[in-house]
Amino acid sequence: MSQAAVAAERMLGVEPAESPLTPESWGKLGMWIFLAGDAMSFGGLICGYAALRLGNPNWPVPSTILGVPFTAVMTFLLICSSVTMVKGLESIKHGNRAGLRKFLLMTAIGGSCFLGMQAYEWTHLIASGMTLTSKGLFGATFFVLTGFHGCHVFSGVVYLCTILGNASYYSADDHNAVEIAGLYWHFVDLVWILIFTFVYLI
Amino acid sequence: MDLAHEEPNYMLIFYWLAALTAVEVGVTYAGLPKVLMIALLVGLAVAKAAMVAMYFMHLKFERSTLGLIALTPPLLLVMFVCITYPDTAWRLLAGH
Repeated sequence: MSQAAVAAERMLGVEPAESPLTPESWGKLGMWIFLAGDAMSFGGLICGYAALRLGNPNWPVPSTILGVPFTAVMTFLLICSSVTMVKGLESIKHGNRAGLRKFLLMTAIGGSCFLGMQAYEWTHLIASGMTLTSKGLFGATFFVLTGFHGCHVFSGVVYLCTILGNASYYSADDHNAVEIAGLYWHFVDLVWILIFTFVYLI
Repeated sequence: MDLAHEEPNYMLIFYWLAALTAVEVGVTYAGLPKVLMIALLVGLAVAKAAMVAMYFMHLKFERSTLGLIALTPPLLLVMFVCITYPDTAWRLLAGH
């Protein structure tokens, strides 16, 4: 931009700006940047877990302690909730507000059921003697990783309920907030896919 | 709002994700050699995560800038692993 043009914009009280990366949605760009930072948090935890495990030849085999079939059902539940989320977005893109409400509610229920199952799993493991300090660092890494993810699921359910409460404001032309909430929810699903593999299966 | 595109077949993605999850559980209990099992499980997890990112999060239909933002954390983590893990492995092999 030429100096004359910048000076003209300042005269009008408009700050010169770079071209936006996603001109239609700064919110979506903001969510992606947040998710990239959050991915680093999860990535750091998973890499730390892997380094601790690699350095300990006596690390227990997770599938002998954790309930893999039970957790596979939890994984399936989160995948289902991701599908209902995209179906909700698809509905509002076609102006179907009732469909948006129905699918958002199903997504929030799916997330709540996941949390309930995780609470059951934790209760069972704690009752069987697994604590933060038991079995070397296995207990600590397990509870920190799955707990951090569980906090994300809980935040996601609250986020979805907020979007659900505001559903009457969204339409076929204005559904950006639904899409941004969907990004967060799919990210939570994506991270669980990795945690399921690295913490439960391998 | 993403770039104009045809909606993907979400149910097909769902069936793939569900099927790959079942395969993962099968691989865990199949009694395969450990290295093969780890390679298969990591490959399956990466494939599932990529499907979620590409289709559910619409990265396939977005501007490449968002894809670059999404690729940054995995690239940094791979660098982190390459720098730190040889040290852990060496200590393990040396018995420290």
